[in-house]
Parts: sequence; structure tokens; C-alpha cells
Amino acid sequence: MSKTHIDVRYVANLARLELDEAEVTEFQGQLDAILGYVETISKLDVTGIEPTAYPSPVFDRMRDDDPHESLPLVAVLQNAPDQAQNQIRVPKVVADA
Amino acid sequence: MSLLSLRHQLRSGGLTPAGLLDELAAKIASRDPQIGAYLSHDLAAAKAEAATVDLSLPLGGIPIAIKDNMNVLGQPCTCGSKFLSENYTSPYDATVIRKLRAAGAIPFGRLNMDEFAMGSATENSALQITRNPHDLDRIPGGSSGGSAAAVASGTAFAALGSDTGGSIRQPASHCGIVGLKPSYGRVSRYGLVAFASSLDQIGPMTETVEDAALLLGAIAGFDPQDSTSLDRPVPDYLATLNDGVKGLRIGLPKEYFGDGIDPGVRELVMAAANKLAAAGAELMEISLPHTEFAVATYYVIAPAEASSNLSRFDGIRYGHRVSNPADLLDLYRRSREEGFGPEVKRRIILGTYVLSSGYHDAYYTRAQKVRTLIRRDFETAFGTVDAILSPVAPTPARRLGEAAHDPLREYLSDIFTLAANLAGNCAISVPCGTVASDTGSRLPVGVQILGPHFGEAKLLQIAKAVEG
Repeated sequence: MSKTHIDVRYVANLARLELDEAEVTEFQGQLDAILGYVETISKLDVTGIEPTAYPSPVFDRMRDDDPHESLPLVAVLQNAPDQAQNQIRVPKVVADA
Repeated sequence: MSLLSLRHQLRSGGLTPAGLLDELAAKIASRDPQIGAYLSHDLAAAKAEAATVDLSLPLGGIPIAIKDNMNVLGQPCTCGSKFLSENYTSPYDATVIRKLRAAGAIPFGRLNMDEFAMGSATENSALQITRNPHDLDRIPGGSSGGSAAAVASGTAFAALGSDTGGSIRQPASHCGIVGLKPSYGRVSRYGLVAFASSLDQIGPMTETVEDAALLLGAIAGFDPQDSTSLDRPVPDYLATLNDGVKGLRIGLPKEYFGDGIDPGVRELVMAAANKLAAAGAELMEISLPHTEFAVATYYVIAPAEASSNLSRFDGIRYGHRVSNPADLLDLYRRSREEGFGPEVKRRIILGTYVLSSGYHDAYYTRAQKVRTLIRRDFETAFGTVDAILSPVAPTPARRLGEAAHDPLREYLSDIFTLAANLAGNCAISVPCGTVASDTGSRLPVGVQILGPHFGEAKLLQIAKAVEG
């Protein structure tokens, strides 16, 4: 296995993506090539360099905790794929007792 | 027609807002079937707004077209994706839309884009192909390809786009219009569907530099709902637009003029530089030594942030949900499999990988450190020069379909634009001429001018001098 080999099916599962065989095959070559290219950053010595998360001098700005109008329930629920009793319905997530 | 002349004619009564909307709708009906810039437009909703619009406002009565990743209350917001194209209606206005309306503008029309803004050709849209108005066999650029093609084909007077690694500037260059990526923090992203939150910015795409200045003034400013927007005054960008470039120092980074640039592009970009020199600017060669690492850095950070941001598309609260899921996990996995296209899946997998245990430090943290080096390159350069001039893209618009199955090749073409997003600088693409294609069409070329953080006023001033 080359240094830049990515286990596509394993990582896709972490990302909650189901892939078909054709996609796994196609992505394998493409992602290995991209990661191989990305390896160029390992050439640089970054000892003592601070990471940049945001390119801006302001961090963790908080806004005042003032109550304000939220979106109306009907506006939120209009986009839900499935709903019942003013709530979003999902498959059962707890086992029967 | 420029926004300022539209404003003048609307105020004098020569045009009416409703008449303008009818005219645009007629142009969309006649021209857009060949171009494919628009995904939808709602004439009735726009006309209802036009009926009560205040013409004394800076953009009073002027329709502005919107990239389909910004929420407009009651309108679709597909992001060029099947995931959101079936059953999603925006429940609120993005801050830029609220600001456009406060300035009297009327949001009208939803423009095609690469799915979730991931791409440089608009070919990653799951919904339709958009063609370059200057050559219908070629791409308009991307990801804001619909925005660029609409303005270039005259079916929009101006548009909003979003830019994460060049998605405003590169299509502007390919379509021969002006495209401005504001500094990080200049424009609120509240209501923009997030791709990579440390890189995304919304900006104007217009026929002229003056229009870009007018539109930026309307959308810029602090927003409590975007904690990354900065609380700094918004200057009158029109006031300094014609101040010229006499005495300004313009840097030409040697790393941006190396191999791989189309000779025609190089010639036009150098002609734009020489035009500035003739107008009194001083040209200087500079160095941005970490340029060669920018693409690799970007394609770690952007997919990492995308994989996190796109986890919200799980088929639960909105968007596509698979039918008859076996359980919750099956619902997530198959809804995302069906809803996302290949480029989005590639970037989610890549982003998940570089953030995963065992690889996080080697890829993600390291890329963030290289990002610091790239940011410092620009800080050092802007200690010496007022602005930096470069190509926008190494080549004019390529043919449709040419980069299929080779995403890495497509990523490498972003080399000149994505450093501005990594560093948070402002940058603009201004048309600087056309080159002949092998089929006889004339392909537009843009020159990029980069400015320091919150340096938009001077950036526009220089862009105006390039435009002439």
C-alpha cells in the first residue's frame, strides 16, 4: 500500500455516505492522486508556526443575549421531508422494550 | 446598462421597476435557453416588491440576480444540488438580501452554480449546464458560473456570487465581467449555505467597476448574526473610485508569472500592468515564496470544512430523504448517496480523511500552519506595495467536458485565486482583453488585483484605472 492510499469505503462510512462499486473504484484513483499532490506540504518545516484557523484578527465574538423572534414553526416544518404533530418524523431510533 | 444609469432613468421616470423586470424576464425567455444561467425566477414576487419600492434609495428599483446558495424568503435555494432541488423553500432572508432590499434593490432570479459551490466550471451543477456567452462550447467558469453568464449575456444587470477559492473572480474573468471577492469579514455570510466557513465570502459580479463599488457598499458591514463579520465602517467606495493610481506601488509576484500560463493571457495581463504604469503607478517585482503550497493547503482546509458543514444534509430536517429507510443510519447513508453528486462526495471523503484520527496532525493542522506562512507572505508584500497584480486563471475558458474524471487537474487551475481566500485578502477580476480561440471565438481574459485586508476602496480605485 502506498503512503497516500486512502480506504475510500471506510472513510465514506465515517461520513455517512453509501457508495456503489463504480464510485469506490473511480474515487480511489482520484483521491490517491489528490492526496499524493497534497503531500507537497510535508516538505515544509513548520516547527514553531502557529496554525491559522481564520484569516481575521477577531476570535470568538459573542453577541448580546437578547431574546428575539425565532423562525415560526410552520416555516421550519415546511421543509421537513416527513412530519407529524408539529414535529419532524424519523425512523425509530430506540429498540422495543 | 450600468446600475448608475439604471438608477438615473428610474428616478427620472424613463424606466419603471416593473417595466425593468418585464424586460429582464423577456430576455431570460429569449436568451437563457442557450446559456442556462438561470435555475428559476419568480416574476410575480419581484413585481410585488417593485410596486412599493423607494426609488430614492441607492439601488431603488434595480433587480439583482442571486447565486442559488443564498436564502431569499419564499424562493428555492438549490445550491445546484439534487439534495435541495426537490423540496426546499427558504424560510428567511440572508443578510445580503436584507441589505439589498434596504438599499431598494429587488432580488430577482436564481443562478446556476457548481453543486455547493465546489468546482471551477459550473459543470458540477446537478441541475443543468451553463455555457459561456462568448463561446457556447466553453465553460463559463465556476462556481458562480450562472452569475457570470447572466451578467455577460445581459439577462441580469448585476448579480451576487460567492467565492471560496476563486468562485467569483474566475468566472468573471472567463465571461468578461467584473467580480470582487471582499476581504474576510467585510460581508456577512448569514443565510449563505456554508461550504468552507474560514474561506467563504459573498461579492458583487457586475459589468463595470463602478457597479461593483456601488453593490459592495450596499452589502458590506457588520452583522451580529455572522460572528466573523467585522464591526468597521463601510467607506463610500464611489467617492474614491476616480482617484487614479499615481504614486501607488503595484507588486508583480514572480511566482504568478511562471510556466503554464497561456501566452495570450500573459500578454494581456502585462498590458494591464503597463497601463497602470503609464497612469503613474510604480511596478515592482515581489515574491510570495509559499505560492507553490497554496493549492495543496487549500485542498486540505476547504474539504475539511466542507465535510463538517455538509454533515447538516442528513435527510432529517430538510432536503432529500430516501424512501423506505431500514433505520436511521440507512436513512443518512442512502439520502446522502442519492442527494450528492460526485465532486461533493469526493470532497466530503477527502475532508473526513484529513480530519480523521491519525491523519489530523499530518494534514489538517499542518495545512493550517502552512496557511500562516501564506498569510505572512501577503502581509510582508503589503508592507512594500499597495496592491498585487496577477492573472486570474492560467488560461481562458476551456471547452465543456475537458476536465472530466481529472479533478486534480481542475484544482491546479485555481492556483492564482485561492491564496486570497487563505489569507483573507480582498481581490478583484477586471476584464483586460480577449484572445482568439482555435475556432475563431474571442475569449475574455481578466486581470486580478489583490489588496490587503479591508483595502477594497483602493482595490476598486486601481481596478477602475485598469478598466479605463
